[in-house]
Amino acid sequence: MAETVLMRNFDRANSHTLPVYRAAGGYGAWEKAAAMDPVAITEEVKKANLRGLGGAGFPTGMKWSFIPKSHTGPVYLVVNADEGEPGTFKDRYLLERDPHALIEGMLIAARAIRSAVGFVYIRGEYVQPWRIFSAAVREAYGAGLLGNGFEIVVHRGAGAYICGEETGLLSSLEGKKGWPKIKPPFPAIKGAFGQPTIVNNVETLACVPPIIARGAEWFAGLGTTTQGGTRIYSVSGRVKRPAVYEASVSITLRQLIELAGGVSGTGRLKAVVPGGGSAAILTADEIDVTMDVDGLKAAGSMIGSAGVIVMDESVSIPEALLVLARFYAHESCGQCTPCRESTGWIEKMVHRLVEGHGRKDDLDTILDVAKRGGGTTICAFYDGAIGPYISYIEKFRSEFEALCRS
Amino acid sequence: MPKLTIDGQEIEVAAGTNLIEAARQLGIEVPHYCYHPGLSIAGQCRLCMVDIEKTPRPTIACNTQATDGMVVHTDTERVKQTRQSMMEFHLVNHPLDCPVCDQAGECWLQIYYMKHGLYDPRMTDEKVHKPKAVPLGPHVMLDAERCILCSRCVRFCDEVTGTGELGIFHRGDHSEIGLFPGRDLTNNYSANVVDICPVGALTDRDFRFQVRVWYLDTAKSICTGCARGCNIEVHVNRRRPHHAEGRRVARLKPRFNAEVNAWWLCDVGRYHFGFVDGPSRLTAPARRGPGGSAEAGWDDAVAAVADALRRHPPEQVAVLASPRMANEDLIALRRLLEALRIRQVAFDVPPATPTEGDPFLLRADRTPNRRGAELIGLGGDAAGILAAARGGRLRCLWVFHHDLLATGWPASEAAEALGRVETVIFTGPNANATSDRAHWVLPAAAWVEREGTFTNFEGRVQRFRTAVDPLGGALAEWDTLGRVLGALGSPVDAGRAEHWFRALAATVPAFARLTYQSLGDAGQMVAGATSAGAPAPPGRRARVTA
Repeated sequence: MAETVLMRNFDRANSHTLPVYRAAGGYGAWEKAAAMDPVAITEEVKKANLRGLGGAGFPTGMKWSFIPKSHTGPVYLVVNADEGEPGTFKDRYLLERDPHALIEGMLIAARAIRSAVGFVYIRGEYVQPWRIFSAAVREAYGAGLLGNGFEIVVHRGAGAYICGEETGLLSSLEGKKGWPKIKPPFPAIKGAFGQPTIVNNVETLACVPPIIARGAEWFAGLGTTTQGGTRIYSVSGRVKRPAVYEASVSITLRQLIELAGGVSGTGRLKAVVPGGGSAAILTADEIDVTMDVDGLKAAGSMIGSAGVIVMDESVSIPEALLVLARFYAHESCGQCTPCRESTGWIEKMVHRLVEGHGRKDDLDTILDVAKRGGGTTICAFYDGAIGPYISYIEKFRSEFEALCRS
Repeated sequence: MPKLTIDGQEIEVAAGTNLIEAARQLGIEVPHYCYHPGLSIAGQCRLCMVDIEKTPRPTIACNTQATDGMVVHTDTERVKQTRQSMMEFHLVNHPLDCPVCDQAGECWLQIYYMKHGLYDPRMTDEKVHKPKAVPLGPHVMLDAERCILCSRCVRFCDEVTGTGELGIFHRGDHSEIGLFPGRDLTNNYSANVVDICPVGALTDRDFRFQVRVWYLDTAKSICTGCARGCNIEVHVNRRRPHHAEGRRVARLKPRFNAEVNAWWLCDVGRYHFGFVDGPSRLTAPARRGPGGSAEAGWDDAVAAVADALRRHPPEQVAVLASPRMANEDLIALRRLLEALRIRQVAFDVPPATPTEGDPFLLRADRTPNRRGAELIGLGGDAAGILAAARGGRLRCLWVFHHDLLATGWPASEAAEALGRVETVIFTGPNANATSDRAHWVLPAAAWVEREGTFTNFEGRVQRFRTAVDPLGGALAEWDTLGRVLGALGSPVDAGRAEHWFRALAATVPAFARLTYQSLGDAGQMVAGATSAGAPAPPGRRARVTA
């Protein structure tokens, strides 16, 4: 297995405190970066092949370079800690076990994009992570790491999945209803409070100090040719040791399940969701796939937030879909029409199927409705929702048909 | 100026023009719900998708600015299928209650379903239920089930009035429009949300269930609620006289004029039409004598009025004109005054209670034609006329429109003044305490029953057209005045309002070169006046200063 980068401090006693973080070499990368030219920092991150670990997998260095050079007003760094993707819990561990890694990553990123203020938007339900992270921020202020050209504002969400979508997050941060914004303009041009803004995931920024400390080539070498580094996989469901696991992005899904102790329950694998609730499901035959952005894309799914949900043969796929259909109907923000109307409609149809009142043409209706709405919405929420709608039915159609009356 | 191609036609548009407006300039309609040119871009309804070459999938036209060399297709199979899908999504939870919906006939769900939908419905499950018939304020009723959540009304209250009463609450398909706690939709522009609501979610409490919209006829007109002169359409019901208890004017709707009111109309003006079909309308000339009031024919009335005007020396005759009269009436009156050498004329009677304007369209002056009356030279000492009447120095007084007992003057003084004049003549559309005291009452056609022009406070001369016939024997004031001039031996060859407007252009330099044709639908400024354009909405101004 690849070396431990992101979880390197997790097992130290009091790893969330500044002295322990410092004793392990913490803030050394920041000292190095503070002497670097901002453009050189961005170039280093680009060379490291770091790609966003929140879900979209966008190259981080490239994103940073979108801030208009001519802009003279404030630039904001926003950390997306609204971890809500079903089956994902990696950021929670980072916030609780290594909050200073995020603060250090923010300091370096802020220097690269010339930002003086960073906002950390923490999921409302994450009370303990919020407490621990806030304490770390106070420590950093006390040590003079913060407050000398860079401030951090911690903001708690109020429990809406859509506020994890970067522009929904920005709306919420601005005090508005958490509705995603239409693009263009993109946040790097006009983001929080109308100013150029970079939104990065917690884990993405936690990768930055090691990149600066140990070099882009080392980090890039940990992964594939198109994506560098390791990442934290949240493995849950029917595995013997559900937990977070750090591994290279080039690990295969089969290896990862073995890392988590193998399939529990019946012991026979039925299906795996490889990248959080919104990723298309993979059958037991499809798990020899590498867990990088491009590998899963080629397999017709996505790595997303790397939330791996394992299902053994006892799991009912229609019932699993109902759980997700309920989730999407409940969490659709309601702003744009296709998502607002069809998430509810599809939930009703799936519910009816699971209750035994379905008709065979319901399956085609769900598939058609999902496909018609795909790619037509303001944000990626609906495209995320149709991943399961379509893949669960197409790959396990007979299971659904068995529930139908006619 | 980007040059682009839409459906094979090239067009050059102003920089910043979006694809909906660019297509509109070519006469191509891109269907849409949430986009409104007077509001910010929301991009929510997803109906305005078009295909742009080199773009992988359909793009919303509202949020796409035209760029040089762009090639746009609004009618590809993919676009048509997308529109059909969007229509199906919009109607999934819609109650489809058109037969009992007041919007039917002017509903964009109906229109676009017939144009772009026409799918077989597949929704067989229970629809989402939401509140129905919820009053949002004095003028607006909400049916949340019919709402398609385009957010136009919310954006209107945020961006135009800046009052922010409305929000969208809850999530997903349970989202609904509503008032913020403790708020009511009471701003003076509240009913504009009914105009911009594309469906039957927001309806006008005054208009709803009065008459089906397909029985309405429309005429272009000007609001008489204040001196702004907002452009309006008058909607009248001539075809179903038994509906709405016989009221002919059903509603007033704003008509776009970039220089005056843009898309909007205030509630004060919008509901300023009840008098047209009110019980106090005057419908026949009448003479009041010792034995009471009796109807008279127009010929007798005109002869008697002419006689009263002629019988007395001009210094014992006075006229109180009204800034509610059209320019055509005022020039006819000026001709009469000149023929009889009457010099005591005024129009500026103080209102009973002082009125105030608002930060947007409504003006403190609640009359439509003060500027016209000034330019035509009818300004004078109204208080002096009242004093002369009270002092017994007037033998004949012709009052247009005003109720002298309901002004800023003490009612007792006005009553005393009217009591001391030998012949009081009243002309106006409705009876009042002054007409009750007049010896001759000559009914006037209301503004919707005739045509003419008003000059707004900036000096914009704007036409209003006939929407319905005058009630009973009511005549436009210019017509009455022309008949009196004829009876006085000065026949006029003006048989239509337009003839008087030509006389006005020939007489008063400010109106020189203006004609009904040149005024068109948007009006023209009098000589020497400049327009500041429609005022910036208060909501947007607040945003700029913040």
